[in-house]
Amino acid sequence: MSYLNFQALGKQFGDFVAVHDMNLSIDRGEFISFLGPSGCGKTTTLQMIAGLLTPTTGKIFLDGVDITETPANKRGLGIVFQSYALFPHMTVTENVSFGLEMRGIAKTERLERCRDTLAQVRLEQFSDRYPKELSGGQRQRVALARALVIEPPVLLLDEPLSNLDAKLREEMRIELRLLQQDIGVTTILVTHDQEEALSMSDRIVVMQEGEVSQIAAPLELYERPASTFVSHFVGKTNLVQGQVTALNEVGINETRLKVDTGQRAPGMAVQISIRPEKFIMSTEEPGLKVYVETAIFLGASWLYRVNGSLGELFVTQPNTGSARYTKGDTAWLSWQEGSLTLFEEHA
Amino acid sequence: MGGVNTRLAPYFLTAPGIVFFVALLGAPMLMTFLLSLHSYDFNTGIQSDWTFANYIEVLGDSYFQKIFGRTFGLALLVTVICVLIGVPEAYILSKMSSRWRSIFLLVVLGPLLISVVVRTLGWALLFGGKGLLTMISQALGFGDAPVSLMFTFTGMTIALVHVLVPFMVISVWASLQKIDPQSEDAGYCLGASKLTVLRRITLPQAMPGILSGSIIVFALTASAFATPAIIGGRRMKVVATAAYDEYLSTLNWPLGAAIAVLLLVANVVIIASYNKLIERRFAKVFE
Ligand SMILES: Nc1ncnc2c1ncn2[C@@H]1O[C@H](COP(=O)(O)OP(=O)(O)OP(=O)(O)O)[C@@H](O)[C@H]1O
Ligand SMILES: [Mg+2]
Repeated sequence: MSYLNFQALGKQFGDFVAVHDMNLSIDRGEFISFLGPSGCGKTTTLQMIAGLLTPTTGKIFLDGVDITETPANKRGLGIVFQSYALFPHMTVTENVSFGLEMRGIAKTERLERCRDTLAQVRLEQFSDRYPKELSGGQRQRVALARALVIEPPVLLLDEPLSNLDAKLREEMRIELRLLQQDIGVTTILVTHDQEEALSMSDRIVVMQEGEVSQIAAPLELYERPASTFVSHFVGKTNLVQGQVTALNEVGINETRLKVDTGQRAPGMAVQISIRPEKFIMSTEEPGLKVYVETAIFLGASWLYRVNGSLGELFVTQPNTGSARYTKGDTAWLSWQEGSLTLFEEHA
Repeated sequence: MGGVNTRLAPYFLTAPGIVFFVALLGAPMLMTFLLSLHSYDFNTGIQSDWTFANYIEVLGDSYFQKIFGRTFGLALLVTVICVLIGVPEAYILSKMSSRWRSIFLLVVLGPLLISVVVRTLGWALLFGGKGLLTMISQALGFGDAPVSLMFTFTGMTIALVHVLVPFMVISVWASLQKIDPQSEDAGYCLGASKLTVLRRITLPQAMPGILSGSIIVFALTASAFATPAIIGGRRMKVVATAAYDEYLSTLNWPLGAAIAVLLLVANVVIIASYNKLIERRFAKVFE
């Protein structure tokens, strides 16, 4: 049964539609990500859930109760803001215990719960510091502890990792996901980082200009994007224009590719998407003949830009310990059946 | 080669400013201080001796003690009232929509564009025996006796608050601008009511502005001259007007100088210790 539910949720600022007709149902304990480019309405949606913005249309249900009109301070949801929004004039402990204090919990219990939560985010030894005296990652964890200590029914995270450096961000992803699974709190994460969404979520809601483009589990989203926008935004992809030439055959210039064309009639303009890592690159035929234009070493893998009858393509290959292709080399590309995704031109 | 130049550059660059200050502020202050160490004779004028007699006289005389007490009492009262008026004013301003905000900021700060003397004379018109206040009280049937706030402590307080409240508003406004509005949102989401957020989250963060605004208002009140001179007059002297009278009426310049020096010292001591207190309290909290 769904725990958090939006029905036709929408928000308008004057004439501008920030979020349009959003329907979503989230299960208890689920980790959902809102993924989309800047300005697509992720924060707006999150703030409507938190009660900081009033929706112009639609309703929000939490555990079967309509909370659309409930003010923020009665909803009791945990929220971590992008800027963390810690209280600068309070110590870490005071920050974390604020929510408990508002719930009228006695001091001894408050301190105990603060200590437990701070231990969960590994900040015990910083409890008497002020936010100013903490690093970015530590502040982020205080913000998390402050949201978690009240044992909220839903945890809302607005790009909580975006202010951290790359390495810390990766560590925190894993830490956050483990913590969430531990506690079992229903969580919504807002992010524009597709890797973050893919690695942490049970399901991802891809948003574009205030509308939901696709809702799917990470693997499905990656393998079967519903539109060229999703395929572009989630992971890297090569998009080539072509035309259906026969059943299960698409022509691109003079090249014929085998793709599942479904019911589409010959002559229809389509786009083919293929992910860079799906290519198998070989120094021998058979395959699609290409010339290597650039070879970029990425550590675990190589990124090649190649040119051939399909135009310019990006190809990634695992690093096997030697530089196999350099600029000017000829190579042959092949791929496994089912690696290609077909979109109608204006999908 | 550049070593000496780089080391001296700051001195050269600040030299014009330093010369300006030494000539126009340092020198007169030093001269005032030296003047205060001479004694004065009503027949022969300023003597060439060196003595602390003036200081002893000011500090020991209950007449001057009363004036000093009145001045700092006034400064304290005006500061408190400015906090009570200015803080809510700045808070309301910060919550207004941007169009109304710019209009009201102009209204609040507008009085600063008018000379203190003109504004104070305006109050004198209201306060005087035939002023608006009297007319209202007579119209309301409180008897025919003129109600005058001229030459009263209340009158001075009202006029000074009016003159100085914009400084408090600016100062508090500046620190309210620095508050992350999301920290208030965080407060609501954690279950705090509007009032609790204001009391526990917004106000403490505005504290540095309130405190620095208080310093400004206190210092300006303690050394105010024009408003006390017009509203308080001879009957309600403060330190600044007392020093002025010693100089220009009694012609006892050394005594006037001693009063001026004592006012400066008292002001510096009060403000510096207050500042120290703030720094110790807030150093860890705000950058
Ligand atoms: N108070 C407001 N008044 C008018 N327009 C607004 C307001 N708040 C947001 N918007 C607009 O609504 C759209 C969505 O904003 P939102 O903050 O939800 O974006 P976002 O998806 O969170 O983007 P980002 O990733 O940059 O944070 C934006 O185009 C923004 O300009
Ligand atoms: Mg946002």
